[in-house]
Formats: sequence, C-alpha cells, structure tokens
Amino acid sequence: MSVLVFIDTAEGHVKKASLEVLSYGAKVAEQLGTTVEGVVLGTVSEDLAALGKYGVRKIHHVKDGALDHLDAQVYAGVIAQVVNASGASLIIFSNNVDGKAIAPRLSVRLKAGLVSGAVALPDTSNGCVVKKNVFSGKAFANIAVKTEIKIISLSPNAYKIIAGEGTAEVVPFTATVGTPKVKVTSVVKASGEVPLTEAEIVVSAGRGLKGPENWGMVEELAKVLHAALACSRPVADAHWRPHNEHVGQTGIAIAPNLYIAIGISGAIQHLAGVNRSKVIVVINKDPEAPFFKAADYGIVGDAFEIIPKFTEAVKKLKGMV
Amino acid sequence: MKILVCISKSPDTTAKIAFTDNNTKFDANGVQWIINPYDEWFALVRAIELKEADPTTVIHLVTVGGVDVEPIIRKALALGGDEAARVNVDSQDSFYIASQIAEVAKQGAYDIIFTGKETIDYNGSSIGGMVAELLDLPYVALATHFELKGTTAIITREIEGGEEIAEVALPVTVSCQKGMAEARIPNMRGIMAARSKPMKVIEPIAADTLTSIVDFGLPLVKAGVKLVPADHVEELVRLLHEEAKAI
Ligand SMILES: Cc1cc2nc3c(=O)[nH]c(=O)nc-3n(C[C@H](O)[C@H](O)[C@H](O)COP(=O)(O)OP(=O)(O)OC[C@H]3O[C@@H](n4cnc5c(N)ncnc54)[C@H](O)[C@@H]3O)c2cc1C
Ligand SMILES: Nc1ncnc2c1ncn2[C@@H]1O[C@H](COP(=O)(O)O)[C@@H](O)[C@H]1O
Repeated sequence: MSVLVFIDTAEGHVKKASLEVLSYGAKVAEQLGTTVEGVVLGTVSEDLAALGKYGVRKIHHVKDGALDHLDAQVYAGVIAQVVNASGASLIIFSNNVDGKAIAPRLSVRLKAGLVSGAVALPDTSNGCVVKKNVFSGKAFANIAVKTEIKIISLSPNAYKIIAGEGTAEVVPFTATVGTPKVKVTSVVKASGEVPLTEAEIVVSAGRGLKGPENWGMVEELAKVLHAALACSRPVADAHWRPHNEHVGQTGIAIAPNLYIAIGISGAIQHLAGVNRSKVIVVINKDPEAPFFKAADYGIVGDAFEIIPKFTEAVKKLKGMV
Repeated sequence: MKILVCISKSPDTTAKIAFTDNNTKFDANGVQWIINPYDEWFALVRAIELKEADPTTVIHLVTVGGVDVEPIIRKALALGGDEAARVNVDSQDSFYIASQIAEVAKQGAYDIIFTGKETIDYNGSSIGGMVAELLDLPYVALATHFELKGTTAIITREIEGGEEIAEVALPVTVSCQKGMAEARIPNMRGIMAARSKPMKVIEPIAADTLTSIVDFGLPLVKAGVKLVPADHVEELVRLLHEEAKAI
C-alpha cells in the first residue's frame, strides 16, 4: 500500500508540476504512514535520483522511446502495470494537460475513483475525501472516493513545492508498451516564454489597452517580472493576442502566485479563470470596475501611464537599473 | 463519417452559485441552464463544420440527464445536430456518466467522438478520457484544431507553453476547447427543423459510481482591496515585494 506519483516530463525535462505532485504525494504518504514512489515514462535527460529531495524514495523508469510523446492510451496501459507491480493504492497526477488525458483512462482501467483538480491534501481520517474546485473556482466540493485504488489529480499551483534532502533509487521498469496510435508530428513551442499554466506571475491585459499595437509595454512588464502573458476573451477574439493567452471560464484557468490585471473589467466569466490566484493586482481607470472587489491591491488610473512606471519600479527593485 | 457529440447542461456563466440541503445540493432555483460552452462552441460547431465540408456526415448528440435537459438538446439540434439521444438519469459521477455514453457510442459505431474540454460546473475534464478507455479508442485531450485527411485526423492539442500536432487514424475521441471553431447562434430555419428531429430517450444501463459528493462550500471572501495612488506605483511594487512577498 504505497503512493505512486506520475512524474510528467516534456522533452526529457521534469515539469514543475511534477515537483508539486511529488511534494504533495510525500505529504499524503506521511499522512497514511506509507512511502511514495514515482513513475517516469520515456527518455529523460535529467538526474532522476535528485528528485529524492522532494520525498520520493523509489522511481520506476520505463525508458522505451515509444513513450517520448504522449499517447494517453499507451501511457495508461504502462502506468497500470507499474501500479500492479508496486501495489500502489493511491496514484497522483498533476491536473495539467497530460494528467487530464491520462488519469481518466487509468481510472477506468483500474476501476479507481478519480478526483480531478484537487486543491488540498485529502482527508484520510475516514476513507478518502478530496477537496476540489467546482463551478470554475466559484465554489469547492468535497468528494469521497469509494474504490480501493484511488486517483487524485492535483490542480497546478495548488500545493507548494517542498524540497528537503535525499536521493531516490531509480529502477528500470520493463513494461509491455503498446504501439501509439497518436503519432506526434510536430511540437510548436513558444520559445523563451514562461508557460502560462506553470507561471508564478501572470501579467494580463484587456480591452482597456485599446489595440494590439499597445502590447509592447505589457510584454516589457512581463519580461522584467519573468511573468507569462494572458488576456481577456474579447482581446483574443479580436485577434489582438493568440487564443492560448485567453484566460477565464472558457479559456485557460490559472492559479499563479500573482495575477496582474490591466484594463480588464473583471466580468464573472473572466474571474472564473483567475480567482484562484494568490495575490491579485488590478489596474483600471474606472474605480467602479468589478475587478477591484476581487483584488488584493489596486491602482485606479490610466494603464498607459502606470505600466511604464510599474516596469521602472520593478527594474529598480531588482537592481536592473 | 459519423460523429457523436457529447452535450451537457451547465448553469449560465453568470448564475449565482449557492447550495441547499446542508450544502449537499446545488441550488438550481432561478438558474438559467445553457449548453456547456465547450460542448456548444467548440465540439458541436466543429462537427457542424465537418458536415458542411462533407454533407454525407451524420451528427448524433448524446446527453445523460433528466427531462430538464431537453431544451438544451433542442437548442443543440437547432444549431445543427441530426438526431439526439438522452439517457434518462441524473448522476454526478464521471465513471457512471461515461459508461452511459460509451454504451450509446457502441451502438452507433462512430468515427469521431467529440466532448467539451470540461463541464463548467463540475470541472472534471474526465468524461472524454473515460469514454475512450471504455471503448478502447485513442484519445486527444484539449484539442485546439481538428482536420480530416481521408480517414486520418490531424489534431492540435495544447501543451505547456505551446501546441503539439498529431495524426490519428479514425476512430478517435477528442476533447475540444477554444480554437476548434467559432461560436454560432441558431437561425430560425434551424430552430424550426429541430422540432422534427428525432430525440430518443434511453434508459440507463447498470454501472458503478466510483465517487460521491460529500458537500459543497464557497471560497472565503477577500479582505478587500488595498488601493495605491496612481502616482505612487513604486509603493505598489514595495507592497508586492515586502508585504505580499509576490515579487
Ligand atoms: C458564456 C461566456 C463566457 C465567457 N468567457 C470568458 C472568458 O473565459 N474570459 C474572459 O475574459 N471573458 C469571458 N467572457 C466575456 C466577459 O463577459 C467580458 O465581456 C470580458 O471579460 C470583458 O473583457 P475586458 O475586461 O477586456 O473588456 P471590457 O469589459 O470592455 O473592459 C475594459 C476595461 O478596461 C478599462 N479601461 C479602459 N481604458 C483604460 C485605461 N486607459 N487604463 C486602465 N483601464 C482602462 C475599463 O474601465 C474597463 O473596465 C465570457 C462571456 C460569456 C457570455
Ligand atoms: N451528463 C453528460 N451528458 C453528456 N455528455 C457529458 C455529460 N457530462 C459531461 N459530458 C461531456 O464530457 C465533457 C467533459 O465533462 P467533465 O469530465 O464532466 O468535465 C463535457 O464537456 C461534455 O462534452
């Protein structure tokens, strides 16, 4: 009876979301008086043993090159073999792009109840009850998992990475690997930028910016903060910004440490995608903008004047000038 | 080409979220129901576009829910589905719902099964993957583009900080999000035509539930915004650094 964490990688690198699930898995294992193991699929260019500092003691590595790209069907089949071999009774994923594809399949394969998008440690005092966001962050629900094997997928940015000491034992795992039916032909990466769902800080702008030609200063601010860029839906709909920056109820849901909203009114559908951010800063010229009600800090004023000053002040703070 | 689109209902995006019965049930009082936006704007509209490109395409809709889902399904038919099936049962367990959809899908031998990325009430993003596993079909989650080249689908999906393009031989299950298509509104002809389109009511098959909802809660309200004067931007940066420890 152990905890098994799926360690997600991209192009051979361990994702930040994996460090979150490892930290979370270690805590759950401690709570249950058991140990945490990990599973990694495909070629990895990092030292997996070093992940021991997040609490994992043993990592099963299935090195097969057929696993270098995600085919959820093949992945679920391989992970199920690791679950059976390790006797794990709780499996943890990140509820990221890959977790969303794999965890539901594994749930069916193992007949294991799944709670997706957990935001806290499970309550294991009497069974297994997991808190998750529902209604796009406007409420939460406590879900009881009724099956013997359980799966939790953890919301990105919901659990703090805890690094300590230690190394993990990395053991090759020989699995029967199915032939992928999903054949990846190309990967288009926005290079050098911080991925939106993994970003600690997000700078977001809305229709208040008037037009795409004014995004230079928003990009500048994001750059000095090492932040990802986001936008409101009308901005993406008008093609001022690419659709993968659109956050909200019908866009991407994010939960960064810091969300800076500039020239965004704060419509309920927008808030639904960003209301789990830890600190929210709103810059809007209208003191009545609904977003101020959801904000921690705010400035009532003209974005065109404030953004350059904001960038300057951050540069000064970071000793960049 | 046969396409199955999974349609679920969700509360209007501006609906007030409240709970009753000791916080164990969603308070549906006065709530306006809509088609889950991902199902309507992206899954269904992309299916309609594929039919426009190849008129021999057939679009079936499936929904698992009580009789109160019928207006939603009618609207989906008005947009462009050919016929609909409603599995007559209310459930909040993803595995149970997926089992019902998989049963309908088995009868129809579909080339493509589209779901939305997630329901905006339960936010499971699970049904598509579960249906795919139950049917032993490949699955691509969070698709932003879907093209057909003969019987091969070319699908773009979201990855962290980018996109990945893959080819999959049909049949395939896909969960759809923004990028797949542009939202449409039903026209009068569609609304009239929907009245005579078939809507089957099917009784559920026996299936397990793997999870249950214990209760709901509302998030804590924020303490209130701390306003900084517009000519003191450096004060905001100081607060973010020293007080919020966010930068
Ligand atoms: C079903 C449904 C789903 C939706 N999903 C989403 C979603 O996922 N994400 C989303 O964002 N929206 C979504 N919307 C749209 C949402 O309702 C709002 O229309 C949208 O968020 C408004 O975008 P905005 O704040 O950029 O623009 P506006 O509402 O036009 O607000 C612009 C703001 O900028 C301010 N401003 C103007 N000039 C300046 C200046 N010089 N300096 C500072 N401030 C300035 C104004 O005071 C105003 O508050 C959805 C709507 C529906 C019906
Ligand atoms: N009751 C239902 N009936 C039909 N399809 C559903 C139902 N619930 C969810 N779906 C489909 O599955 C997708 C993902 O739902 P979920 O896993 O609940 O977030 C939705 O966007 C729908 O396409």
